[in-house]
Amino acid sequence: MTTAAVQPAPVKPATMAQALQRAMYDAMADDPTVHVLGEDVGTLGGVFRITDGLAAEFGDDRCTDTPLAEAGILGTAVGMAMYGLRPVVEMQFDAFAYPAFEQLISHVSRMRNRTRGGLALPITVRVPYGGGIGGVEHHSDSSEAYYMATPGLQVVTPATVEDAYGLLRAAIASDDPVVFLEPKRLYWSKATWSAQDPPEVEPIGRAVVRRPGRSATLITYGPSLPVCLEAAQAAEAEGWDLEVVDLRSLVPFDDETVCASVRRTGRAVIVHEATGFGGPGGEIAARVTERCFHHLEAPVLRVTGFDIPYPPPMLERHHLPGVDRVLDAVARLQWEAGS
Amino acid sequence: MRKSSMTVQELPGAVAYRPTPPPAWKPRIDPTPLLPDPEPYRVLGTDAAASVAPELLLKLYAQLVRGRRYNTQATALTKQGRLAVYPSSTGQEACEVAAALALEERDWLFPSYRDTLAAVARGLDPVAALTLLRGDWHTGYDPREHRIAPLCTPLATQLPHAVGLAHAARLKGDDVVALAMVGDGGTSEGDFHEALNFAAVWRAPVVFLVQNNGFAISVPLAKQTAAPSLAHKAVGYGMPGRLVDGNDAPAVHQVLTEAVSRARRGEGPTLIEAITYRIDAHTNADDATRYRVASEIEAWREHDPIRLLEQELTGRGLLDDDTKQAATDAAEAMAADLRQRMNADPVLDPMDLFAHVYAERSSQLQEQADQLRAELDAEGEER
Repeated sequence: MTTAAVQPAPVKPATMAQALQRAMYDAMADDPTVHVLGEDVGTLGGVFRITDGLAAEFGDDRCTDTPLAEAGILGTAVGMAMYGLRPVVEMQFDAFAYPAFEQLISHVSRMRNRTRGGLALPITVRVPYGGGIGGVEHHSDSSEAYYMATPGLQVVTPATVEDAYGLLRAAIASDDPVVFLEPKRLYWSKATWSAQDPPEVEPIGRAVVRRPGRSATLITYGPSLPVCLEAAQAAEAEGWDLEVVDLRSLVPFDDETVCASVRRTGRAVIVHEATGFGGPGGEIAARVTERCFHHLEAPVLRVTGFDIPYPPPMLERHHLPGVDRVLDAVARLQWEAGS
Repeated sequence: MRKSSMTVQELPGAVAYRPTPPPAWKPRIDPTPLLPDPEPYRVLGTDAAASVAPELLLKLYAQLVRGRRYNTQATALTKQGRLAVYPSSTGQEACEVAAALALEERDWLFPSYRDTLAAVARGLDPVAALTLLRGDWHTGYDPREHRIAPLCTPLATQLPHAVGLAHAARLKGDDVVALAMVGDGGTSEGDFHEALNFAAVWRAPVVFLVQNNGFAISVPLAKQTAAPSLAHKAVGYGMPGRLVDGNDAPAVHQVLTEAVSRARRGEGPTLIEAITYRIDAHTNADDATRYRVASEIEAWREHDPIRLLEQELTGRGLLDDDTKQAATDAAEAMAADLRQRMNADPVLDPMDLFAHVYAERSSQLQEQADQLRAELDAEGEER
């Protein structure tokens, strides 16, 4: 691995991986309290090279290879934040974040609340998540529902290169703990942005309409956004003009943008890789139904991963929501009965 | 083993095969200096006692008497329904008090739920220390103001916090030390292992005080570990382990002070095991007669921390009736004040439930806060 990515000037076009690296680089350059820690984040630059060059530029004390122990990584980050630092923690893979779960649930999420604001913990927990990269067991989980169910955490996930930069900057700047879910199959997706003009940093909590449409709304996030955009393209041939909403932030949830879209279209399909039962889609469908009931022409549908342990790589394509499955769901939106 | 046993038989004409150590292997540190002494370190009743300043002994004494009274008062408050629960540190006051006195003002204390006394001995208002156990909020004080982390209920999870804070202080160039408290049961938790490992690797200025009080609720140490002692666990992490009589206040104070100084000098963490005994049940909700015999408790009452220190002070002519009375009076005054203030109903504002979940309230939480506000208003109108 070269250290080309160290340079403040971004590569054009940049990958999502490079945008994430640049976000941390800029955050560390702007704020000396920002510290990166995790397994292999130093010399190696992380197994996905997201922290490439940070140790070389900012030193081992700012970008630290820790012992291999996720509870210890997040637990020590809590203490560092208590002393005024702004830790950015890397969990190597989704399923490797589970040992840190107790620290996350019992301390990180509620420290502000239990101390009446005395101890806020501005910790960013970066978690590569989701499937589609041919990972063997324990390397492809979609763990977002666990985090969403924990009050006190913000949960965000970029789906574009620009958002990877903007959302990570916003997460690091946030005074609350943020679980930053990185769709690992989009790490190598590309976009062009200018060195002089890095993508805008927006506050956390706003969804965005990625494709306007009038027939139905696809509500999605992270790794499923490209699937939905492709499905929307294909749906044109069927005469459906699909709107695609990228949530970006699962917590806090942007009811306003989502509901405004569904009220316009009257139909909604939620698409994500995580399991359907107990997954984010259930919550979203309930919210949409509660708020948009009189605008709905059909039940809100979900296209999700099956309710099974994540499959082995040679079978994962059957599990992951694809374009056809999304179009099948769109076809079931009671077009005959409606307008 | 014969010295030549690692070489194969050399036959005429054969090339000698002399195994070398694995290429990556090199000797690390000598474990011998890290090993704890075979017996718990003691001051009282030994030659070391003579060298302890009378002022320190008297200070410890006054704090022990006050600490014991605090424990009995807090236990009484559970019976009066003023505390939801109280995990007593009766019998362990020497550890609690010494932990507080071993720290400088700029240092940080990381207590477990049984360590409210350490926080109080450090100067925290007892009412603020007992907020968690009264149940009107979780943490009743500003941790940064007092440099006392929130009382920690999930076992040993506060230990990595102490390591991280100490590490951050060291990175900033501040000579701040963190003292983390945990019980014998907590040493079985994964966070204990991870905290000690991180602390040693980072040479963090942190001191781990394990109060081995014999039981994790009902489970005795023999079912908790097969280690020679809990202090021995330090060696595996590359830090020194110290064993001390946890009911010998000047001994605990001395061992802690040395470890704190060592940490402050940048020489890294220390694990201290203090041998003590939980005289009371786990909490007021526990029935200790189900798992231990009265004679064991009686033996420990003979080794009570206040009694041991009183013997020393009396033997040296340092404890006259006036001094003793002054300590008792001060403790009674603290207890009376605590009783009086805890007997007043705390002022609760249900809207606080939404006040500190996030820095900025989400629209969802605002809706829920509005709902609660409306419910409260309706309740008010009914009255």
